Amino acid sequence: MTRSTSERVERPSRLGSAPPANMADTRPRKPAFTTRRGLGIAAFMAPAVLFVVVFIYYPMISGSQMAFRNWNLTDLTDTSWVGFKNFQAMFADPVFYTVLGHTAVWVAGSIVPQFVIGFAIALWLRRHFRFRGLYQALIFFPWAISGFLIGILFRWMFNSEFGVINDLLSKAGLIDQPIPWLADPKTAMIAITVANVWYGVTFFTIMILAALQSIPDELYEAASLDGAGKARTLFQITVPSIRATLSLTVLLRVIWIFNFPDIIFGMTGGGPSNETHIVTTWMISITQQGDYGKASATGLIVVTMLLVFSVFYLMATREKKGAKS
Amino acid sequence: MINKESIAGRIVRIAFLAMWLVITVFPLYWITITSLKIPGAIFKFPIAYWPDEFSLQNYAGLFSKAQFGVYLGNSLIVATVAGTVATAISILSAYVLARFEFRSKTALLMAALVTQMIPSFIALGPLYMMMTQLGLVDNRFGLILVYIAVCIPFCTVMLRGFFENVPDALEEAAMVDGCSRFGALFRVLLPVMRPGIVAAFIFNFVNCWNELFLSVTLMNSDTNKTIPTALNGFISSFNIDWGSMSAAAVLTIVPTMALFAFASRYIVQGLTSGAVKG
Repeated sequence: MTRSTSERVERPSRLGSAPPANMADTRPRKPAFTTRRGLGIAAFMAPAVLFVVVFIYYPMISGSQMAFRNWNLTDLTDTSWVGFKNFQAMFADPVFYTVLGHTAVWVAGSIVPQFVIGFAIALWLRRHFRFRGLYQALIFFPWAISGFLIGILFRWMFNSEFGVINDLLSKAGLIDQPIPWLADPKTAMIAITVANVWYGVTFFTIMILAALQSIPDELYEAASLDGAGKARTLFQITVPSIRATLSLTVLLRVIWIFNFPDIIFGMTGGGPSNETHIVTTWMISITQQGDYGKASATGLIVVTMLLVFSVFYLMATREKKGAKS
Repeated sequence: MINKESIAGRIVRIAFLAMWLVITVFPLYWITITSLKIPGAIFKFPIAYWPDEFSLQNYAGLFSKAQFGVYLGNSLIVATVAGTVATAISILSAYVLARFEFRSKTALLMAALVTQMIPSFIALGPLYMMMTQLGLVDNRFGLILVYIAVCIPFCTVMLRGFFENVPDALEEAAMVDGCSRFGALFRVLLPVMRPGIVAAFIFNFVNCWNELFLSVTLMNSDTNKTIPTALNGFISSFNIDWGSMSAAAVLTIVPTMALFAFASRYIVQGLTSGAVKG
């Protein structure tokens, strides 16, 4: 207690201006601006702001300006401004469009099954059963693992010779010959998407379950009194009630999966022959080659695309909501 | 609460939930079984789902052939220190953001969100150059500083949610009793929030423990590598030794899984509170 009292006395003197501090004491409930209050807030925020500005914002901004410069670690003698040359090089590169296509497949192929399975599990988890808590804890635990390590786990399971997935498929009589999953571009894409679905379902389950629990029971009682069937209840009560959460969760996940190179990095490293690169893994490999200018240009293109997507997505989901009500 | 389900519906539900549970658990079962086989037995047909003989050779090899103990120690130090400091700093910022109204508040919250949205890889190159100038490349202290910064935005948002769940009246009562605002925070508010704070720390710890790209970029020498960086080295070599790889994977996963199991309820609460409200 003594420590805090002394601080009270100290602070105004450190400021050198007593009156505002006194004013704050007489009207403690009103959040009027006073120097003392402002300094207190600033002091509490300062460490967080300092760290984030120095180690996140500064590199991010200085990275953005590299996109407009000739900046290659292999030769730093000429780092002049080159305008949009890096962007032009990007758009002229046919690999860029292949990578964009893969990114679209990766995002859509991951998000749709994640959403459907996650939603189904959430619906079925609403009902109480004996081991529900344990069940939730068990399906939650892929989350404790890093995406990179998940990539490694699935790389081993999809191994063409000794992989357990080929073994299970052939035991089930679905395949005669082992599939070289990660050596063939098409099947490699399927394999990385399967791994990502495995990882991401839980997120949807958690978010949707939380939203479902906020729907009042009366709505369901009313619906069953009106003789509404299962499907009608789902589409006319459940889905509209949690539409905001659903659309926000999907948006966050799209952005996140777009930026999620970890699984691919651990599983294929973008191979075979660049056929499983998404934009972010490609960007990492450009960074590793030392061409920071080109990598930053790619990054800015990603940010722009995600921004445009978010705006359109938010407009689209908002409109639907307005039309319904 | 929900209308009675038919027997068929019940069977479908249980079958589906059981199937998903098997799918979720299987990869972890498989990596554990692989790690416990005798090194040569991994590459034998037919593939054994329950080996005849268990062995810890893969684990022993990690510590004798590779410096896994060093990596483990590095990860432990970096994740513990960064997780603790980031939690402490975030407590201060989250408290202010939860309890005060001020002009730049929305901007600060937006700034925190933006860090979660923008691909961090755009910052990798410049960060490396900056750290080189500061003499903090290939330095555990440098990595800790960067991890603290990476943890702060989400940790602040999460803790802010927990602060908002505690009624103002609690602090006001303490302040009426003669506590200062600072005293009220430390003597009354923080003890009440202990589970949330522990969850936030665990979340930070696990994120730092799992982090790959920053540590690959910033740490070069073998004695400074964290576990993910070392694993990345394992897969970059031409032939992957799946025996030691799976043992290393199990040793990496077990601590984080134990921590998550301990705090999962609060982590879920922290994750959902923001999104459901917003």
